[in-house]
Amino acid sequence: MNIPRSPRTRLRVGPLATSAGGRTAPELDVDALLDDRRTGIIVCCGSGGVGKTTVSAALGLRAAERGRKVVVLTIDPARRLAQSMGIEALDNTPRPVAQVDQDAGGTLDAMMLDMKRTFDEVVESQATPEKAQQILENPFYIALSSSFAGTQEYMAMEKLGQIHADAQRDGTYDLIVVDTPPSRSALDFLDAPERLSSFLDGRFIRLMLAPARGPAKLMTAGLSLITNALSKILGAQVLRDLQTFVAALDTVFGGFRQRAQKTYALLQADKTAFLVVAAPEPDALREAAYFVERLNEDRMPLGGLIVNRASPVPEGTLSADEAMAAAERLRKLDPESLTAGLLRLHADQSRMVEREALLRTRFAAAHPQVATAVVPALAGDVHDLVGLRRVGELLAGA
Amino acid sequence: MSEGSEKRSAWSKVRLHVVTGKGGTGKSTVAAALALSLASEGKSVLLCEVEGRQGIARMFDVDPLPYQEREIARGLRGEGENGAGVVHALHIDPESALMEYLAMYYKLGRAGRALDRFGVIEFATTIAPGARDVLLTGKVFEAVERNSRNKGATRYDAVVLDAPPTGRISQFLNVSDELAGLAKMGPIKHQSDTMMTLFRSPRTAVHLVTVLEEMPVQETADGIAELRSNRLPVGAVVVNMVRPRDLQAEDLAAARAGTLDAARVQGDLKQAGVDTDDDLVRGLLTEAHDHAERRALEDSQRTIVGGLGVPVLELARLAGGVDLGGLYELAADIREQGLR
Repeated sequence: MNIPRSPRTRLRVGPLATSAGGRTAPELDVDALLDDRRTGIIVCCGSGGVGKTTVSAALGLRAAERGRKVVVLTIDPARRLAQSMGIEALDNTPRPVAQVDQDAGGTLDAMMLDMKRTFDEVVESQATPEKAQQILENPFYIALSSSFAGTQEYMAMEKLGQIHADAQRDGTYDLIVVDTPPSRSALDFLDAPERLSSFLDGRFIRLMLAPARGPAKLMTAGLSLITNALSKILGAQVLRDLQTFVAALDTVFGGFRQRAQKTYALLQADKTAFLVVAAPEPDALREAAYFVERLNEDRMPLGGLIVNRASPVPEGTLSADEAMAAAERLRKLDPESLTAGLLRLHADQSRMVEREALLRTRFAAAHPQVATAVVPALAGDVHDLVGLRRVGELLAGA
Repeated sequence: MSEGSEKRSAWSKVRLHVVTGKGGTGKSTVAAALALSLASEGKSVLLCEVEGRQGIARMFDVDPLPYQEREIARGLRGEGENGAGVVHALHIDPESALMEYLAMYYKLGRAGRALDRFGVIEFATTIAPGARDVLLTGKVFEAVERNSRNKGATRYDAVVLDAPPTGRISQFLNVSDELAGLAKMGPIKHQSDTMMTLFRSPRTAVHLVTVLEEMPVQETADGIAELRSNRLPVGAVVVNMVRPRDLQAEDLAAARAGTLDAARVQGDLKQAGVDTDDDLVRGLLTEAHDHAERRALEDSQRTIVGGLGVPVLELARLAGGVDLGGLYELAADIREQGLR
């Protein structure tokens, strides 16, 4: 599949290219970021449906073709994109991507992340085989490993930690690009270490562990009150499963917490760059603002904002209103007038561009320090290396 | 009987409209517009959101919603037989839902407060597997099947749920499965079974919002298959943000092939009194080319959507973005296409 190139030689983008008053953001130099050998990790975050996976893959491909040894960790690529990268199988191991231009000495591997497998591996590495088995089979674990708020996000970071450690040891990669899960809480992984700790230190867990640890007579009246209330609501079997689970997990969580803290430190390091991806829509930009603020709060290194799939700015200076008025005049003469149709399209396009420019200006006014790259929307879908290469060019403003 | 009225008869019994869709397709907008459209029929409607986003408050330009049913809008006047109905909105969060549930069904008294103090409520709503979803769907169920336990509460003709995304919707509604491994018997099992009876009945319809692009359409197809295999009733596919169709078919083909007549366009522009230069004409033809590319892709995706065996509605992309006026526009579109 080819991405049809527009007949125009160069796509222009909104007020970043053509400053139209108001505040404009500093430009994000994507190539400088990719070429800088000190950049070891790029994390792409953003809300769902903004093209985060495509951006991650395009960044990885561009970096590889500029000489970096890259691995891309992706979460949920479109089927055809995954096929074209050769990663439709979920085996939790990076695989080389075919047809990457290696003239500059770079390579590209890609991997689709299996969250549950990653979680299982962590448990297996932390516990004795019997203990691990006991945990893996517990219904609470099975549900937890797929539904604990932030688990998915955290597992992406856990895998990042593993691959980073391997790469440091073997020199396999010098750049890791991470795509984060398309959830509203895409930054929940930042909270995961803390949440794990407060979970373990919480009164409820101690309560659950109490019968297993001490003689029953130590149970206070308060405790039995709670246990009774819980078995009334949950049933006794559920309560027993829960107690087994908590007791089993308690033994492996120490190591777990340590890993979480290590990964957190890795993310804070200078070699990491977070890129926030957004569509030029109010909701996506509001999420982006939240990400930017959250990353600052946690002192995570923010690389910049990527406004993806922006409406291309039409040529010429004909305004939307002028175009609509002219279209009406033509339509009166000929209801099926081609030119009237073209003018209406132009008006529609101009209005979209105006609205998006306003949204970006507002974002820049509130976050003037955030370097921004605007990627114009392609006319076609991206599902092969040719398309990714094109997105890479647009990212770099080439 | 026209196609529209057939749809109407199929959906007039629906009490719970669940609206899902891939991220970025505008499912919250469609849910809000659907609520307005139902209210324009004279129905009393509750619009619920469960993802903590406060999207409803933003769309309707009101203060953030509490865990309390608030009147936020009325349907279009003068169209329904009984006059316009009212739309109430409710922001459901799991903690409040759990506290309310415990108060409504268990007379726990001191123990209830102790549960909160010992962090059990927090545990149940953040970590206990599936519990979040069950609490959220449980409250929705309560709003649909209002009984005497909730004294003085408004009764609604229809409830519209702005639900989690397509990838999660079956899991979200499949309450008994989520709890299957945990509660094989006991009170929770019984209640989740009652909820499933409603969710699987013709009184529920799950609508999927998509745009005419490859990934969202693929996800919609997968979502429908998953809903069906879980015996959950599929409603309509709502194709959102459809591009304007200002060009005739043959012009579209020519635009795509790059064979539009520049001289003719230039002549027309002069006739319409527009100051033209080559840049403007070239710009218009380029826009037409890109538009034609997208339209061709849209058409191929439209064929796929048409083959899903589900009624399809189309809503236009609003170039100026969606504000309250835009919502009413979309609501009128939904009514015209027979989703009532």
